[in-house]
Amino acid sequence: MCRIWFRMSQPSDSTGAKGGEQSAEGGSHVSVFLNTHTAALNPETKLFSAFTADTHTSKVYLAGRECLNEEGQTFVLPLVGKLKKQISADPTLCPEYPSSLGLAEFTKRATEFALGKNSLALMENRVFGIQTIGCTGAVRLGAELLKHWYNTRAAWCGPVYLSSPCDDSLASIFEAAGIQDIHYYFYWDAKQRDVCVEKLLADLEQAPEQSVVVLSASAHCPTGADLSEQHWALIIQLMMRRRLFPFILLPVQGLCCGDLQRDAWPVQHCASQGMELLCAQSFSHCFGLYGDGVGNLLCVLKQSSLLSAVQSQADRLVRALWARPSVGGARVVATVLSNPAYLTKWQEEVKHIVERCMLIRERLRERLRLLGSPGCWDHLIKQRGLYCCTGLNGQQVEFLSKRRHVYLLPNGCLNVSAINSSNLDYIAESIHLALTSAL
Amino acid sequence: MTAWLKQTEGKSASLSSYMTDEGRPWVLPVVKKVEKLIVHDDRLNHEYLPILGLPEFRSSASKIALGDDSPAIKEERVGAVQCLGGTGALKIGAEFLRRFYNGNNNTKTPVYVSAPTWENHNAVFANAGFEDVRPYKYWDAEKRGLDLNGFLGDLESCPAHSIFVLHACAHNPTGTDPTQEQWKKIAEVMMRRKLFVFFDSAYQGFASGSLEKDAWAVRYFVSMGFEMFCAQSFSKNFGLYNERVGNLTIVARDGDNLKRILSQMEKIVRTTWSNPPSQGARVVAITLNTPELFSEWKDNVKTMADRVLLMRAQLKAKLQALGTPGTWDHITQQIGMFSFTGLNSQQVEYMVKEKHIYLMASGRINMCGLTTKNIDYVAESIHEAVTKVQ
Repeated sequence: MCRIWFRMSQPSDSTGAKGGEQSAEGGSHVSVFLNTHTAALNPETKLFSAFTADTHTSKVYLAGRECLNEEGQTFVLPLVGKLKKQISADPTLCPEYPSSLGLAEFTKRATEFALGKNSLALMENRVFGIQTIGCTGAVRLGAELLKHWYNTRAAWCGPVYLSSPCDDSLASIFEAAGIQDIHYYFYWDAKQRDVCVEKLLADLEQAPEQSVVVLSASAHCPTGADLSEQHWALIIQLMMRRRLFPFILLPVQGLCCGDLQRDAWPVQHCASQGMELLCAQSFSHCFGLYGDGVGNLLCVLKQSSLLSAVQSQADRLVRALWARPSVGGARVVATVLSNPAYLTKWQEEVKHIVERCMLIRERLRERLRLLGSPGCWDHLIKQRGLYCCTGLNGQQVEFLSKRRHVYLLPNGCLNVSAINSSNLDYIAESIHLALTSAL
Repeated sequence: MTAWLKQTEGKSASLSSYMTDEGRPWVLPVVKKVEKLIVHDDRLNHEYLPILGLPEFRSSASKIALGDDSPAIKEERVGAVQCLGGTGALKIGAEFLRRFYNGNNNTKTPVYVSAPTWENHNAVFANAGFEDVRPYKYWDAEKRGLDLNGFLGDLESCPAHSIFVLHACAHNPTGTDPTQEQWKKIAEVMMRRKLFVFFDSAYQGFASGSLEKDAWAVRYFVSMGFEMFCAQSFSKNFGLYNERVGNLTIVARDGDNLKRILSQMEKIVRTTWSNPPSQGARVVAITLNTPELFSEWKDNVKTMADRVLLMRAQLKAKLQALGTPGTWDHITQQIGMFSFTGLNSQQVEYMVKEKHIYLMASGRINMCGLTTKNIDYVAESIHEAVTKVQ
């Protein structure tokens, strides 16, 4: 609308004649952005705003992304605090531009961390890692790389298959990279309160060749329900037969089961089967480095001869995204991963978090049992990691936020670490009421 | 003897950063101080930063560019997005413009970058989806100065609503900035022809030693009433190369427009890196918001700028003393880290092969690579190159 107005009152462009709406000092008084509409509020933001505005004294927010401690504060690992101090006092460290692919020591260690030191793919030199800005950065970079993975000339724009449900932001990250063709495969079965691998396989069977399938290695967000080794064997078989490309998310290695190997097993297994894959790793949660945005995009190729070509593509793409990553957090992670004593210490601290989360799940299930809540709550302890899908439906979730001031994600999922001794009883009672109140 | 006067990947000292007279990178004393404060502060929030970044960083960074008393800030129509360095700020700005400027998703809007310009400008805008990234006349190789007429000519003849990427100061790679009078002419045409102003400000304070002086062009355009973007980098003036501290300052028509713009920027950031890293932003925010630290920082910046100015003066003096043919005024007239010497590619090759002095094929040198130890050698080598090689 306003552009037409500009043209109407603007004489030919090349002379010095001034348009009618312009003053001598300033220019037009109409914004060039008049047509920029307000973006719809992100559901997470909306929910958090509602929570912030809520004045109830017992209000609890269970939909956050950080891992919290017993006091409801973001979990800070003592080792990380100590290392940050050490690093800051180190006179040999230079404030130089890092390479666009990131801190070499970090990407090397992060890559080994996921694949395991003895990975064949590593030894055959067909693996590399790129330091990214958190998990989002890794997914974004991966998406950009995939655009020309199969064909350097034509841009591939999908399809990408995401789990249903999945992290809200995934679809929009792929779209931002120009990949518009997004599909969802069956994952969480609300009735069974578990993953339904038969339906999952049926959906993937329909996927065209060269489709990219985003899978979660462990600690599935937002359900906490993970695929078993048997499930993975079936999925990999199908994917190899149907020539589907795995893009694996590894958001909290070490924080899911407390076992580094186990949490990363799917990545290692795919690689050992000779598959090409991308893996988006995040170190925010398991190192308490939220403010540092430490991520790694792991690339496993079929042949080592392709390595430098793909690396140079990645380099080119990074330069147009953020040029180079920031090094602070990556240094901490590299220091831990390259030092056996620190690695052991870190694993102890992480185990502490894992045990706390498992205990909370147990206690919640127990409270619900004692309250006589209907239904089976075993899925709470079967699930792992930070997230948990309660199985509550939309109405029950709304009841919880509106009547009890307990905020879950709309799909009934919650962040287990936000539950602690002070609020456990209230939360359990609230869930009980949500299940038993006539609505 | 060797001298590295250009950026090199993989070498332990990358030379698009500032170097001391000892040829080493410099951690600003104020930065060291503030980093220590941060690391020992137990009350610090360790959560994810908001998507748009650390609020106190964004506002103080914009203030630095626009001035404390900026009427635009008072009118509450200035906002900002914390980004991953200057590149990140250009990226977010470019993505926004492609989606919402000159129609929706108008990928055909021409984007003009100076000829020559920092090589990554093209890639950032192209990758954001703009199909038509073109050069505007800028450097006059004959005169070794600004081609104002060519520049103004391009401004007059370009399609309406074109986007122009302007260097706020210390033009990279030529080191040649428009004078205030020249900026006024440029602004007049851009206003009249409704062209979009996108400043790239990577060297504020570092160029002349004065924050205000280096921000003159940006502030002038704001005072003219432009709606515009300014991509700021704190890599060089804070020496925070590895913490990726950038800020996209947005000057909107009014608060309402600003709100809508920021809501869309947030969406874009969410799909690029989601939450920016906090360390560098904290260092800058604390420094800018604490009077004694701010003072100390300004001194540190002046130290860097003064060393570069000294090297420029000395290089010119030595070339003149040697009687090197040609005029060398441009060395002191140019400003910032870089200088377009005017050496041609054969002369550059001579420098590299025979004298082990590494500079860009374009003849661009990074003044920070010059030190009191190597400046005589460099001057003599330039003299040789110019006299022996045509």
